[in-house]
Amino acid sequence: MLMRLKHDLTMAEAARGPGGSRVDLLAVADMVERGARVLDVGCGDGELLRLLETRGVDGRGIELSREGVNECVAKGLAVVQGDADTDLANYPNDAFDYVILSQTLQATRQPRVVLEHMLRIGRHAIVSFPNFGHWNIRMQLLFGGHMPRTDNLPYAWWETPNIHFCSIKDFRDLCLAVGAKMDQAVALNAWGRQMRLKMPWWFWNLFGEQAVFLLSRRNGPRPAI
Amino acid sequence: MADATATLDLADRTREADEPHSLVVRFGTGNPLRLDAGVDFAPLQIAYQTYGTLNADRSNAILVCHALTGDQHAVNDHPVTGKPGWWETMVGPGRPIDTGRYFIICPNVVGGCMGSSGPASTNPATGMPWGLDFPVVTVRDMVRAQAMLLDHLGIDSLFAVAGGSMGGMQVLQWAASYPQRVFAALPIAAATRHSAQNIAFHEVGRQAVMADPEWRGGRYFAAGTNPRRGLAVARMGAHITYLSDAALHRKFGRRFQNRDNPTFSFDADFQVESYLRHQGITFVERFDANSYLYLTRAMDYFDLAGDHDGAVANAFRGTPTRFCVISFTSDWLFPTAESRAIVHALNAAGARVSFAEITTDKGHDAFLLDEPELFAIVRGFLEGAAKARGLPPAKS
Repeated sequence: MLMRLKHDLTMAEAARGPGGSRVDLLAVADMVERGARVLDVGCGDGELLRLLETRGVDGRGIELSREGVNECVAKGLAVVQGDADTDLANYPNDAFDYVILSQTLQATRQPRVVLEHMLRIGRHAIVSFPNFGHWNIRMQLLFGGHMPRTDNLPYAWWETPNIHFCSIKDFRDLCLAVGAKMDQAVALNAWGRQMRLKMPWWFWNLFGEQAVFLLSRRNGPRPAI
Repeated sequence: MADATATLDLADRTREADEPHSLVVRFGTGNPLRLDAGVDFAPLQIAYQTYGTLNADRSNAILVCHALTGDQHAVNDHPVTGKPGWWETMVGPGRPIDTGRYFIICPNVVGGCMGSSGPASTNPATGMPWGLDFPVVTVRDMVRAQAMLLDHLGIDSLFAVAGGSMGGMQVLQWAASYPQRVFAALPIAAATRHSAQNIAFHEVGRQAVMADPEWRGGRYFAAGTNPRRGLAVARMGAHITYLSDAALHRKFGRRFQNRDNPTFSFDADFQVESYLRHQGITFVERFDANSYLYLTRAMDYFDLAGDHDGAVANAFRGTPTRFCVISFTSDWLFPTAESRAIVHALNAAGARVSFAEITTDKGHDAFLLDEPELFAIVRGFLEGAAKARGLPPAKS
């Protein structure tokens, strides 16, 4: 399920950086320090882990789909078959520098619990997700009267694995609720490119198609983004 | 049904145990094997085979650990049955465990009957086979003996240890006992402990052996008998646990054997009966009944948590070894939950671990069979580890 989700990121797939890596994954990877220990939750076919490996990162993965896991292990990546909702509980505190949840949050049964585990297991958490507050999605619901479908989110309501959509604002509220410190946040536009303008939250919430948050566990002042 | 063992005399039956058709190392009384049972066992004999070539810096050695009824003949024809080696699908030139790249060592376990010291070996004190006077051995004892073999071969550090079932238990024990000597570990269809259900199955097998009047309290060599019926029944029962309902149905269904109608008797009407009888009969040709008792017992006693203050993770705390744990969907003897428990413990210990569950209907025995997904994973894992270890790429 998690892997399928990634394969359906057609827009972002089309947007690849100079090294051939997906731009949304580059945005995630850019937040990780060299040499760090990283757990990628929902690592799909291992593209992000491979990218991180080229940057000297000690990466591990969890993936739900058997095909994804077997593909990763056959590539020499350290990936275990498991479920973000149930298996994070088995990891000890502070086991990793970063725990990454890339395009997977909306498919978990308990996003809050997952996020809390991420912040427990890792010193930092990086979460990327599709923004349900994007203008295109709002317009579809407002004028079309249907559950929105986009290139990034192509499923009909009755078949989608995405059961917990949120907007950028919603996610920010969750971060506050669990006491996560927002160290960095970037929005990606419809082409998967980073929106580098300094803008208020409402602007990002309207025009960002995806968002990537770098969080840490300590309670602290909200960063001025 | 011809039964070769019926006509073999004592010397024939113990020949492989004392003078095996393989490499052998003997350790004298000055170099005993310290057993968990509290015995210093000597002299000790270990039979083993090697395949491939050890490189100059002795960094490409892979130890292959065999399962309950396996032996050192992993990649060569069996000296008794003439059948191909038990892991020729996995090990060989160009295979996932590539003999063109790695140096493979496969020893017979202590307690076995193919040349390593076991109950069928001659007790030097009596000139007769040990029988039940042989001390009870554990998986940890097997691994300790293998470490002595590696010392003898001058190999400090193994590139990898690989094995399925009881072989997988040895892999885990290796990583727990000698973490600095194991770069990569591949426990397949294994568990951190033998479950109550598995101990129960083993007990049925042992009782079948011991209920055979020819067993003679374990002294069948002296009596000139052989409890082959009991051992065959034990094997038949065990063999069912190595397969799966789906695999049995696929292979045999309810088909009759060489007849169109039931005989209304207790002949082997069904193909599955005939198959099991064949499994039992061919097994006793090559296996010693007492050895079967000892090795099933060793598996029963295996419990990593019990050896480490109740937590498996303690066995692997701070381990430098990288692991690849593999299970099979239809394996009900060592089900995926057991492999997952290994993974959880390794995660808790901060180990570098991969875990894959392979979809197959072939049951526990899948690790011995043609499973392309298994081969791809083992190959990929070893290649990744070889890169990390700095081993040169395979010769093309």
